[in-house]
Amino acid sequence: MIAVDVLVIGGGNAALCAALTAREAGASVLLLESSPREWRGGNSQHTRNVRCMHEAPQNVLVDAYPEEEYWQDLLKVTGGITNETLARLAIRESSRFRDWMRRHGVHFQAPLSGTLHLARTNAFFMGGGKALVNAYFRSAAELGVAIRYDSPVEWLELRDGRFVAAHIAGKDGAERIEARACVVASGGFESNREWLREAWGQVDGEWVADNFLIRGTRFNTGVLLKFLIDAGADTISDPTQAHMVAIDARAPLYDGGICTRIDCVSLGVVVNRNARRFDDEGEDFWPKRYAIWGRLVAQQPGQLAYSIIDAKAIGRFMPPVFPGVKTDSLPELARQLGLDEGAFLRTIEGYNAACRVGTFDHAVLDDCHTVGVVPPKTHWAMPIDTPPFFAYALRPGITFTYLGMKVNEQAAVHFGGRPSPNLFAAGEIMAGNVLGKGYTAGVGMTIGTAFGRIAGAQAAAAVLRGEQRAAA
Amino acid sequence: MQQLDALTREARALAMGALPRSADEAEVGRQLQICNACRYCEGYCAVFPAMTRRLEFGKADIHYLANLCHNCGACLHACQYAPPHEFAVNVPQAMARVRLATYADYAWPPALRGLYKRNGLTVVLAVAGGLALFLLLAIARKGSLWHDPLAGNFYQVFPHNLMVAMFAPIFLFAVLALGLGVRRFWKDVSPADHAFDAAGAAIAEATRDGLRLKYLDGGHGQGCNESDDEFTLSRRRFHHFTFYGFMLCFAATCVATLYHYLFRLPAPYPLTSVPVLLGTAGGIGLVIGPAGLLWLNLHRAPLQGDPAQKPMDRGFIVLLLLISLTGLALLAWRNTGGMALLLALHLGVVMALFLTLPYGKFAHGVFRGAALLKWAIEKRQPSKLRLSED
Repeated sequence: MIAVDVLVIGGGNAALCAALTAREAGASVLLLESSPREWRGGNSQHTRNVRCMHEAPQNVLVDAYPEEEYWQDLLKVTGGITNETLARLAIRESSRFRDWMRRHGVHFQAPLSGTLHLARTNAFFMGGGKALVNAYFRSAAELGVAIRYDSPVEWLELRDGRFVAAHIAGKDGAERIEARACVVASGGFESNREWLREAWGQVDGEWVADNFLIRGTRFNTGVLLKFLIDAGADTISDPTQAHMVAIDARAPLYDGGICTRIDCVSLGVVVNRNARRFDDEGEDFWPKRYAIWGRLVAQQPGQLAYSIIDAKAIGRFMPPVFPGVKTDSLPELARQLGLDEGAFLRTIEGYNAACRVGTFDHAVLDDCHTVGVVPPKTHWAMPIDTPPFFAYALRPGITFTYLGMKVNEQAAVHFGGRPSPNLFAAGEIMAGNVLGKGYTAGVGMTIGTAFGRIAGAQAAAAVLRGEQRAAA
Repeated sequence: MQQLDALTREARALAMGALPRSADEAEVGRQLQICNACRYCEGYCAVFPAMTRRLEFGKADIHYLANLCHNCGACLHACQYAPPHEFAVNVPQAMARVRLATYADYAWPPALRGLYKRNGLTVVLAVAGGLALFLLLAIARKGSLWHDPLAGNFYQVFPHNLMVAMFAPIFLFAVLALGLGVRRFWKDVSPADHAFDAAGAAIAEATRDGLRLKYLDGGHGQGCNESDDEFTLSRRRFHHFTFYGFMLCFAATCVATLYHYLFRLPAPYPLTSVPVLLGTAGGIGLVIGPAGLLWLNLHRAPLQGDPAQKPMDRGFIVLLLLISLTGLALLAWRNTGGMALLLALHLGVVMALFLTLPYGKFAHGVFRGAALLKWAIEKRQPSKLRLSED
């Protein structure tokens, strides 16, 4: 006796979108969230907006963001490592799913202060992602979706690429749950330290990934991802690809979320443990660069870097969550950071001497730049000369990994190139199909919402197909 | 002169900034540092937009923001850093703790600020004292609490002038105490607000936001949080019943005063008269409102608000309920031999309310009103910050 039509594994945005859609299509749905209730929602609790295509102004979204422009943005950040069919499918879905989101209780709002650059492309959730997750859970409960917390799925019973049952290790022991169709939306593996170690390897006898912080949930251990790979499911992307940001080195190991970002990189210089600059801090606007600096810092010795600014930058960037190291002199700053004083002063003096200050304007790609220093700083180059000086230590912060299930337009998991008739994937566990590398704000939620809804609808349809077959 | 004034205010501002923050104030500062780096809750209320105009949170900022907070709970339920997260952000609770400090710190005269700390006891003593006073007075004047029906003429129990002599000074004292307290609060939180053109518009907006309880609508119109993450307009509505019920009762008293002095029409007034109609409508509102607020208070999510202040909240709510219930009972049975008893009970609890106005939950309205005005002024001024993620 099969108790439920559609089993949804996961409790974040994609899982909830799948559960709601399958339920709306008439299927009975059980959602298994591995975390306790107070940690529900996976990485979605840390999100704040969704990138949406629109041809004309659409309530909180200004102007237009046509499909082609969205696609080109995606092409640029991924360097072409994307699947155009699936990407365009998600983009088109993003132009029509917001009314559905609203029906399930999500409230949108104009961009937050400091995020005006996203007013055209991204719709912000009032209260952020946890408010969205709360709304979806409420709506799911009202619609009769059964929800169980503390229910991590250990493995799936598969027969010839067909889903048969899930095995969970809940609080009350092991349990086997049969269902007619299944949506796997259990996230990436970013909080599996061992797997990260293995993926990133060692440099100078040190495990690179041991110095990473996880911006997101502690529950994305990739158990199901690993199981499916071992079970022969077709994969996409590689384990070192991830949404990785340079964040405050003092951030908590997990769930640091948005507030651990450091937004003053483009206003000063960044040096590594050897007190050397290693990249152009002013290449482009920070929102277009923040996702690149995570990897840049990961490539530095000890995976550590320091963002250095002076008094001129204060009041020009979003306030960091922890106070910076503050000193009245540069030598003192080097001492407090534990950097080689001579090397640090040479770097700063070299940079200061190279600054060609024109008209500083942080709102445009201004003409303040360096000449004769490597690497150059191409915009907003101002000498670091006005005390007090501030430093913020940076480490790579992983938000989510891209290694995942290869899927088709029906979000079906594939085995040996053949789509499963009743096993589907949504969210981070398949985001790598669209996002082979790089990142742009709000695209994770686009993929999660679009493919969550597709997977939910397909799972419900698979149930119906199964019933018809049984009746025939 | 103007310059001197500005200098004085600046000095005061400096002093405020430099003043050591209490543990509760420092906790609000710690949490706002996290909020200011996140900002997801900006759409819910005025607290977060006001916060984003600051990089540091001095004592005065913290008291201003704490009183701007309506304890709607939206930011707690939406918070990715709420307990059990190690950041343990719970803005409504941290703000509630500071609000109590605001009421006590700015209480006038300062010698009486301790009444906030033991507010349950304060209200109990006020009620007991008020009841004893009027019951004894009734017995003293009528010889007994039971009497022949007096056709609702309560001046036969307590003459008009006696009641005026008792209530007017206490009421005026309450107005004075609250006024002096909020004046000092205003000077501290608004040290550098320059003369400013749109003052009328700011006052109008603050008044509207206060009277409509705008910040209990959740920013999306579906209301605030009570027992869980679901939004509801019930607190806003019950508060409206309470506040407007209270105001109708107050209006009834004012109209009756006019009748008495201007038209030489002494009470009792017929059931269809303006004072009785106003008072009855107000009394009914003051039953429905506080009863609803009490129910909500008893069922509120445990993390939302400061549990230590629930006695003060509930004491005030129950006091309002007692006033409306005794008032309506008095109206219903004013033609019977029990009028003196009912009148003494009613006046006793009204006296208790008046006595505790400047030393109890009532103060929240006054300080919140000031905070709303401060926000309405502040938002019209350009921000000094040029923060940008770009």
